[in-house]
Amino acid sequence: MTDSKYFSTTKKGEIFEMKAELNSDKKEKKKEAVKKVIASMTVGKDVSALFPDVVNCMQTDNLELKKLVYLYLMNYAKSQPDMAIMAVNTFVKDCEDSNPLIRALAVRTMGCIRVDKITEYLCEPLRKCLKDEDPYVRKTAAVCVAKLHDINAQLVEDQGFLDLLKDLLSDSNPMVVANAVAAISEIMESSPTAAQVLELNTSTTNKLLTALNECTEWGQVFILDAISNSTPKEEREAQSICERVTPRLAHANAAVVLSAVRVVMKLMEMLEQTGDYYTTLLKKLSPPLVTLLSAEPEIQYVALRNINLIVQKRPEILKNEMKVFFVKYNDPIYVKLEKLDIMIRLTNPGNIAQVLAELKEYATEVDVDFVRKSVRAIGRCAIKVEQAAERCVSTLLDLIQTKVNYVVQEAIVVIKDIFRKYPNKYESIIATLCENLDTLDEPEARASMIWIIGEYAERIDNADELLESFLEGFQDENPQVQLQLLTAIVKLFLKRPTDTQELVQQVLSLATQDSDNPDLRDRGYIYWRLLSTDPAAAKEVVLAEKPLISEETDLIEPTLLDELICHIASLASVYHKPPSAFVEGKSGLRRVLPPRSQSGNVDEANVTAEVPQQQQPTVIPGADSLIGDLLDMDLGGPSMQQMYPPSVPTSQTPIQSSVAMDLLGEGLDSLLGPSTLGGDVLGGLGDIFGMPQSQSYVPPQEVWLPANKGKGLEIMGTFARKQNQIFMEITFTNKAMQNMGDFAIQFNKNSFGLMPAQPLHIRTPLPPNQSGSTSLPLSTNGPVQKMDPLTSLQVAVKNNIDVFYLSCLVPLHVMFVEDGEMDKRVFLATWKDIPSQNEVQFTINNVQHNGDTVSQKLRNNNIFTIAKRNVEGQDMLYQSLKLTNGIWVLAELKIQPGNPNFTLSLKGRAMDVYSGIHGAYETVLHN
Amino acid sequence: MSASAVYVLDVKGKVMICRNYRGDIDMSVIDKFMPLVMEKEEEGNMTPIIQYGNTAFFYTKYNNLYLVATSKKNANVALVFSFLHKLVQIFMEYFKELEEESIRDNFVLIYELLDEVMDFGFPQTTDSKILQEYITVDGHKLEIAPRPPMAVTNAVSWRSEGIKYRKNEVFLDVVESVNLLVSANSNVLRSEIVGCIKMRVYLSGMPELRLGLNDKVLFESTGRGKSKSVELEDVKFHQCVRLPRFENDRTISFVPPDGEFELMSYRLTTHVKPLIWVESVIERHAHSRVEYMIKAKSQFKRRSTANNVEIVIPVPTDADSPKFKTTFGSCKYVPESNAVIWTIKSFPGGKEYLMRAHFSLPSVEAEDVDGKPPIEVKFEIPYFTVSGIQVRYLKIIEKSGYQALPLVRYITQNGDYQLRTN
Repeated sequence: MTDSKYFSTTKKGEIFEMKAELNSDKKEKKKEAVKKVIASMTVGKDVSALFPDVVNCMQTDNLELKKLVYLYLMNYAKSQPDMAIMAVNTFVKDCEDSNPLIRALAVRTMGCIRVDKITEYLCEPLRKCLKDEDPYVRKTAAVCVAKLHDINAQLVEDQGFLDLLKDLLSDSNPMVVANAVAAISEIMESSPTAAQVLELNTSTTNKLLTALNECTEWGQVFILDAISNSTPKEEREAQSICERVTPRLAHANAAVVLSAVRVVMKLMEMLEQTGDYYTTLLKKLSPPLVTLLSAEPEIQYVALRNINLIVQKRPEILKNEMKVFFVKYNDPIYVKLEKLDIMIRLTNPGNIAQVLAELKEYATEVDVDFVRKSVRAIGRCAIKVEQAAERCVSTLLDLIQTKVNYVVQEAIVVIKDIFRKYPNKYESIIATLCENLDTLDEPEARASMIWIIGEYAERIDNADELLESFLEGFQDENPQVQLQLLTAIVKLFLKRPTDTQELVQQVLSLATQDSDNPDLRDRGYIYWRLLSTDPAAAKEVVLAEKPLISEETDLIEPTLLDELICHIASLASVYHKPPSAFVEGKSGLRRVLPPRSQSGNVDEANVTAEVPQQQQPTVIPGADSLIGDLLDMDLGGPSMQQMYPPSVPTSQTPIQSSVAMDLLGEGLDSLLGPSTLGGDVLGGLGDIFGMPQSQSYVPPQEVWLPANKGKGLEIMGTFARKQNQIFMEITFTNKAMQNMGDFAIQFNKNSFGLMPAQPLHIRTPLPPNQSGSTSLPLSTNGPVQKMDPLTSLQVAVKNNIDVFYLSCLVPLHVMFVEDGEMDKRVFLATWKDIPSQNEVQFTINNVQHNGDTVSQKLRNNNIFTIAKRNVEGQDMLYQSLKLTNGIWVLAELKIQPGNPNFTLSLKGRAMDVYSGIHGAYETVLHN
Repeated sequence: MSASAVYVLDVKGKVMICRNYRGDIDMSVIDKFMPLVMEKEEEGNMTPIIQYGNTAFFYTKYNNLYLVATSKKNANVALVFSFLHKLVQIFMEYFKELEEESIRDNFVLIYELLDEVMDFGFPQTTDSKILQEYITVDGHKLEIAPRPPMAVTNAVSWRSEGIKYRKNEVFLDVVESVNLLVSANSNVLRSEIVGCIKMRVYLSGMPELRLGLNDKVLFESTGRGKSKSVELEDVKFHQCVRLPRFENDRTISFVPPDGEFELMSYRLTTHVKPLIWVESVIERHAHSRVEYMIKAKSQFKRRSTANNVEIVIPVPTDADSPKFKTTFGSCKYVPESNAVIWTIKSFPGGKEYLMRAHFSLPSVEAEDVDGKPPIEVKFEIPYFTVSGIQVRYLKIIEKSGYQALPLVRYITQNGDYQLRTN
């Protein structure tokens, strides 16, 4: 007889029938009826209407029936909170039953009923159960505290349950200890106040380590994870914990092993990195990690994702275990891909031959994704191990000969990277590549091929024909290919100007006139202007030497890596993302590795030697970021300035350059994702060509937050006044190795009440080695606090990694408002009205302009010349300005012909601002 | 820290039974699971973890069932997967088979089990022998309500007290599996031995057992470095073994569970000659035929014999009209797995056999590209371990002082034994 019969009733009036049976006098019939109800519930029918009838069956001696009724309650109590209260009495009674199984069942179930009214009644029974004589009840009650905390944290904390729970850590029974630890970890994660009460100290850690030897495998995981959350005070303690945890590495349960690995990996940071014990630990970690690869595929996957982190953090552990990561034919695809990734990380000159042979084998498999990744891996090997580059290239050539379409395309993409890493070494193969031109149909492969042709145009006799052939379908190409084609043809033209003029004109006109893509158009215009004004400069820009690409790819940024090491075995370690990235409303603290052991100089040397190496920005660019590189190099290059009118002294500083940066920055943006066509881009373009003179001076962007203080985030910025508003021009550069996002900005109180008028808008994610710029409009309605110096502004910038604080000076002239022009008579009256002790004189040296230019320049910055007099050959300019906070300042500027030193007298009621205003004059007149 | 809910789904993704442990997710989120799996499968980026919004699905497939756990937190993934696999094991031990029918037939019991094995997402008692003491298939027949067995909360959570046997016996099986990966040009890429010691324990009371192996580390530390010993690279123990003790002096001491269990597993990578070596010459004549010449060689001592040897040779999906010729054994074409299986019931050491196969190929080429699956070999060699591991003694001490003799059997078999072809 099986239970399946309970599913078989499908009659109408079923509910009614069940109701009758539930109220039957016969025990057996009652039980059958409850089973039918549960069966209906299981297949998703709504049987909540039977609530009172089922609850009536609760008072029974039959354990099986009781369990079923409890199950029903858990499912429907929330929908029937008022009736659920009927059950309370039985619960309370059951909590005092003579059978511990029933006591535990009652307290366990009650905790699962998330109805406030019931929760109130839970407190007393729970308190008793926490002190029950039977460990089975106590261990259940321990978990129940966590349940209750989840429903009503305040109640748990007020009722002193935290202390009771803490007492259970000293319980004589290891299972009770384990569950108490689990509950505590859970509570600590959600409540910082509780975390203070519950924090583990050395003596509790010791108790836990003792319980570790006696509790179940799951209990061991709870304890290990709890231990990994706390940090011992000193090296000796760390070592002693390691000693007691390492035996767990021999446990048959993979979860126990990985949690033990987490503890050891974290505490190793505190050990002397040259000590014997450290070396022993390194040796002990390798075998269990390898054994995990014989576990079930899902566990293998988790293990591999974690090994990927471990290999990056401590490469020495698995450096000799390359072979265990060789892919087996019947591995699931997710295991194959992860193994491949780790193989590349472990590749070194010693094992490259074997690795290559394997990769070549994989490249002939059937699974397209795996094959592609294998081909790509060959390229990564070439870039990583220079000695093997030649072999890699010839392997890739072999693969190209297979003529398997996606293999060829993938090979061409990676060969482009190899060319970048080893310029002028393997160009002999270009001919072979060109043979496959027609078969390329993927944008990335086409773009890569075009890049190769452009880059080596001088060695490819028919480069012009080849590029021309692409040009025919220009309009239908992917933007990535279009941009690359544009650049390649310009390169070709610069290398062989005589016979390619027509071609370049054709592409420029296609790009600028026939394209809707602003990025393409902008780049077309830039090239066009460059080529028409100064071909030599164009050459310097377009054919500039490219920075070498470095070997390691997609390394995890070091701070994130450290955080992830503290989360080994968890979801975060599988996603390679901090928990905050996918757990909603997590208030818990970020976990960080303990500070490194500082004993021994060798150690310190190691640390410093390691850091710069790890922080290298490292990406093998895809075709898109190659374009990025190219353009990045353009910025600040000396050749840019030819475009600007002579009034701009250096190419790096003036506003125009930052506009250009915007323009190019946005250009990159669109390569990476759907293009964000802001007015900014077009406006910027207008600026380049129109050169409006009426704009207020914008100081060059300066570094506000260097990347080493910003965990890879570099912030540059300046302030500008445009359209009667103050803007913070800010550029974020991601010098870390992971995407950044979630940018936000906040200002501290400041002298002028500056605050952002709208949220910070930066395109996200910001990929490594890319910049994002924005103009943030500011309002002056914020809280005011006088700062010293007056123009100082403290800013907090947040991203997905951390919050950073920086301080900068706001150039005062951006605070000058547009309606600062005083009526002549008012000016005269005011001037007289202000006592003469308020007048202060400054000298402005070395100004190379005459009176008119000066007026114009000042006017552009909202310093208005109200009157001009000529006294004894000297020009006297009378000026007024008004600050955003309504402070008026009057000025008299004395200019002697032939003397570059001007005299400035300021008069106003708030003398605090004088020095700032003098500074503003200096800045404006010298720029 | 771990699972919010656990589901068992049928092959179409319909919920057969589920249990909500934490009440922090909408249980209907599971409706998204199957579409997501299909989508991932289509995109070719299958992973055993799927994120949907802020819910993560962890799943494993057994027979035609999906076991799925969900979580909204930064769960311990290793714990969740170990638990799901353990759940499969428990169901197997309760119902013999785990399939749709056994779930439906036992839903009441499964609810009881789900209630006991996990609480608020924390795995609890998962030892099925102990569970069976208070959650039974015939639960409804019990007159007196059961009590939680001591073992549930004891330090020895895997064995109950008061077990009695008339005859006290222990059986030890040392099983070694050889994992081998050979490249197409006959280089051994990986050769690994994964061994395990399985026990069947029929002993009364609470016996204390100590197992002695010819463990190299132990021998060297006790000055017997010269004797024949085995270097175990990694050892994993059943939870009954006292790990700190092993870490200290390599003593394997434990109170065993009752009945059958796996005491330990070990792994070593010492290079041994592949026990059965297979060479293949494959000649493909596109559009007409493909010919195989397979040579199998047994490279172990003459006095041992490999039994039930099966050499599985993959053939193209569109091959037909098979013809075979062998010097020994028999051949069978198995179209559903696209392979020829060459069976040799008894393959003594130091012998060499040959097999030739011939297939016709259609003149029209198939659209799907065939991969190059490796040749696989299955075998069993009784009374033999590749590693040379030996059980030196098994001491059994129980306070009642009975005598029990252990019986030891050795066997070596294939593990993942793959030889790539050209």
